Amino acid sequence: MNTIIFTIATLAILGLLLAIVLYIVAQKFKVEEDPRIDTVESLMPGANCGGCGKAGCRAFAEAAVKEGVGSLFCPVGGNAVMQKVAEALGQTVEEKAPQVAVLRCSGSCDKRKKTSVYEGISTCASVAALYGGETDCAFGCLGKGDCEAACQFGAIKVNPETGLPEVDEEKCTACGACVKACPKQLLELRNKGPKGRRIWVACRNKDKGAPARKACLAACIGCGKCAKECAFGAITVENNLAYIDFTKCRMCRKCVAACPTGAIHEVNFPPRPAAASATKPVAPAAQAAPVQKPASPVAEEVKKEIPVQKQ
Amino acid sequence: MRTFRMGGVHPADKKISQNAQIEKLPIPKMVYISMGQHLGAPAAPCVQVGDKVKVGQLIGTPTGFVSAPVHSSVSGTVKSIGMVNDLAKRPVNTITIEVEGDEWVDTIDRTDTIVRDITLDQKQIVERIKECGVVGLGGATFPTNVKLSPPPTAKPTCVIINGAECEPYLTSDYRVMMEMPEQVLIGGTILMKALGVNKCYVGIEENKPEAIKKLSALAPKYPGVEIVPLKKKYPQGGEKQLIDAVIGKKVPSMGLPVDTGAVVQNVGTAFAVYEAVQKNKPLFEGIMTVTGDCAKTQRNFVHRVGTPLSFIMEYSGGIPENAAKIISGGPMMGKAVSNIDAPTLKGTSSILYLTSAQTERKPESNCIRCGKCVAACPMGLEPYLLNKLGRASRMDELEEHHVYDCIECGCCSFTCPAYIPLLDTIRLSKAAVMKIMKSRPKK
Amino acid sequence: MNTMIVSPSPHVHGKESTRKLMGDVIIALLPAVLVSIWFFGLSAIHLVCVSVLACVVFEFLIQKFLLKGRSTVGDLSAVVTGVLLALNLPVCSPWWLIVIGALVAIGIAKMTFGGLGQNLFNPALVARVVLLVSFPVLMTGTAFHAPETGYLFGNGDFASAALDATSGATPLGFVKEQLAKGVAMEEIMATPGLSYTQLLFANMGGSAGELSAIALLLGFIYLLCRRVIKPWISLSILVTVFVFAGILYLANPAKFVDPVFHILNGGLLLGAFFMATDYVTSPMVTKGQVIFGIGIGIITVLIRTFGAYPEGVSFAILIMNATVPLLNKFQPKRFAVEAQKK
Repeated sequence: MNTIIFTIATLAILGLLLAIVLYIVAQKFKVEEDPRIDTVESLMPGANCGGCGKAGCRAFAEAAVKEGVGSLFCPVGGNAVMQKVAEALGQTVEEKAPQVAVLRCSGSCDKRKKTSVYEGISTCASVAALYGGETDCAFGCLGKGDCEAACQFGAIKVNPETGLPEVDEEKCTACGACVKACPKQLLELRNKGPKGRRIWVACRNKDKGAPARKACLAACIGCGKCAKECAFGAITVENNLAYIDFTKCRMCRKCVAACPTGAIHEVNFPPRPAAASATKPVAPAAQAAPVQKPASPVAEEVKKEIPVQKQ
Repeated sequence: MRTFRMGGVHPADKKISQNAQIEKLPIPKMVYISMGQHLGAPAAPCVQVGDKVKVGQLIGTPTGFVSAPVHSSVSGTVKSIGMVNDLAKRPVNTITIEVEGDEWVDTIDRTDTIVRDITLDQKQIVERIKECGVVGLGGATFPTNVKLSPPPTAKPTCVIINGAECEPYLTSDYRVMMEMPEQVLIGGTILMKALGVNKCYVGIEENKPEAIKKLSALAPKYPGVEIVPLKKKYPQGGEKQLIDAVIGKKVPSMGLPVDTGAVVQNVGTAFAVYEAVQKNKPLFEGIMTVTGDCAKTQRNFVHRVGTPLSFIMEYSGGIPENAAKIISGGPMMGKAVSNIDAPTLKGTSSILYLTSAQTERKPESNCIRCGKCVAACPMGLEPYLLNKLGRASRMDELEEHHVYDCIECGCCSFTCPAYIPLLDTIRLSKAAVMKIMKSRPKK
Repeated sequence: MNTMIVSPSPHVHGKESTRKLMGDVIIALLPAVLVSIWFFGLSAIHLVCVSVLACVVFEFLIQKFLLKGRSTVGDLSAVVTGVLLALNLPVCSPWWLIVIGALVAIGIAKMTFGGLGQNLFNPALVARVVLLVSFPVLMTGTAFHAPETGYLFGNGDFASAALDATSGATPLGFVKEQLAKGVAMEEIMATPGLSYTQLLFANMGGSAGELSAIALLLGFIYLLCRRVIKPWISLSILVTVFVFAGILYLANPAKFVDPVFHILNGGLLLGAFFMATDYVTSPMVTKGQVIFGIGIGIITVLIRTFGAYPEGVSFAILIMNATVPLLNKFQPKRFAVEAQKK
């Protein structure tokens, strides 16, 4: 019995002594910091994704306190967080349109024939370093999922059926990690658009029409029909490739109907009237390719999944 | 017998095409002459669509210090200038020429006589080599004239002619040594003169006894030339390994080979130098092997640069039915061909067919830490560790472990009993680390 | 045109594979196994079979149901562990002892770390030490006696004669015991069954794998010829043991065992040739390997001479296994760095 009491007493005294020492040391060597940094950091989503261009949420907070919030934007927290941060620092910020990553390739397996088989480590970076890819299109998606591995939010998954990555728009925070990871620069951050509606050219093929079409049935052949159709001057065609400026696009969908290969994609639009779809035989193809899951109200939850190391 | 001191592997020899004499490949109807046939900046086309060109006429001018001119390999009309996919399906600026007859520029000496007297002086030789667009034909296609103009701090002491041909299957260098031995030695003498040195070693691996015999018999006629038989070991033909093997000096990390005093040139390059300097013939022909255990015929060709690979394949019997992979170059360092319509380049050394059994990549299993990759690495690196660090993207540690010294010879992947694609990851991390290192401000 | 394969270089692979390397180790262990079967007959066969079977089954089950990965039985590493475990156990071990050993070796020492290549300690040795500590009586001493029925078709007479002479303990244990009693060294060595020739060809006490130095040596030479292992670890162990034990012996021949006896006895050769050279748990670079070997040699002699146990090879190897991650920090000679210094 005595032993037990003695043991407990010794340990208790020892613990107390150490606690006092720790407290004194902590007080003595306290680092003076602007308390607002902590305040701002507590407002941050804590994903530490680096999407803002800083090393993490703490670095963002430091920058926000030092340089002001004007030049910063947290893509994960979006406008809500930015408003809170600005409020905490007594500043104001402009609202930014929410963005989402979109894939600029529609070369699914059925559209783009494989002409060679790649063997080696399964990363897009490795394929891109070696050659143009398994299909004849040297610009298209390689399908090895570097974007999926780069996404901290589990918002991108490569669909084994189409061989293309799909962006889950409710999980996507537009941090831009996938944009950096893609060796073919196929992912682009675009405005989410009103009611999540957006239109983009899902192709990056700069080849002339004939070889582009030969390599992929859904390729942009640079015919320029879309640009002629567009009343707002949002579409430019350069190097045999069309591009839609999302700041100018008014979502009229005329270009989608005009595209002969279905390279222009639209999402979250209501179904078209029957007459319009009858004149456009390739419309179903356009919808079939990279399906973007429509947004649902249960969003917010940020999954901090560590990307699985590819072995 | 000499060899390099560190690492190396012994892949099966397979020189099955070694007794096939070099044949002249017919000229195709259309050639595609790439502007990016050398290391460095691609050449700029200096002809227009519709122009008539002759064989040996300059059609692309160099655009930088490390760059080389490109000459037409055929006579005919320029059809188009634009992007054509290379063998890896990457677009490269290319001049397409429709062939009409075979009319050569008249400054080229087309006779078979061997010209032994070197009349040009040191400067003129380098200038001629530059004008003729001679590049290293050992694989890297580094412009030869740049190698012959070393920085003033370096003091060249000798020329090493690389006749190791350590890659399995390849026999083009061997055939050059067998059929043009004198020309190679004259080429070596020219290189000595160009550098102002009086020693030239010709390193040949022991698996080519005929070539060693032939060159050794001729060597006494050329003062300063010495034939060095080497033990068979891959990658003996690597520049750093060859210098180590022949003169026992090691190229420093991030340094130039010439820091050891040696300038290495391939046998094929020596021949091209001979032709450029003595015959005034620009580099528009190359010698290549068509081989493989499953190949219909075993051949060695002299081809006009720009000939589509598919034309050569067709001419040599077609692609074998059981070929699963076509490689341009050797099986250890060559490039897999994904576009058979791609044209040949100055440095194209072979078309090699491999069956699926030969090229099988078995699924990788756990590393058993056997250390065979460490023992095989000729640069004294630790591939297993670099692989691990690379997969975790730990760039600073990769740099600490000298990933940038990797010569991408493939010994590690070749030897790994667990079939781990070590070089795949190391190559990627090397590129990433080099990029970081280059972006750093210089001290 | 059929679709061609495109991959980064190199496009060919050497003939080596994990399975082939493991197969070579098994072949190298065969002489030792055969000697043991020659002397102990069915008992030895029973030991080896149960051990190998148990190891393979455990590996298969754990890989399939716990790790849920591709089956790794095919790489033969479990078979190697099984054979090594068998050679580390007394011939008359009951089946449940062997199965416990296999479970410890595969289940705890190997698969918990992630399977082949990931383990820090040699699985067979972990099993041996666990059994040695848990079942000391079965693992040493009288358990080495022939069973009442004698060895089935084995060379029983020879065996029991030798065993009787050394009162059932392993030679090392016997010597240690006698030294403790104060018997002079010369007298001990005169005991039948302890002559060098006997040790070289058929040393009766000890585990199944410790029977014959010649058989082990044969296996070692095979491994060297096949270039499966490099000799540095084994040589440095043997040299260290010889030198260290030699110094002690020279200091006081009456109190210490002579170095040749040290080398020929117990599990030293088995350990030096087959256990310490295990790829996974040994350093990769020659420098590290030599230090690893020296460490094992010193610890072995220390335990044998001054420790409580008569045998110390297993402990020595396991202790040095723990230092391997550190020893792997030794870098090979870099080609290019060396040149920079000049």
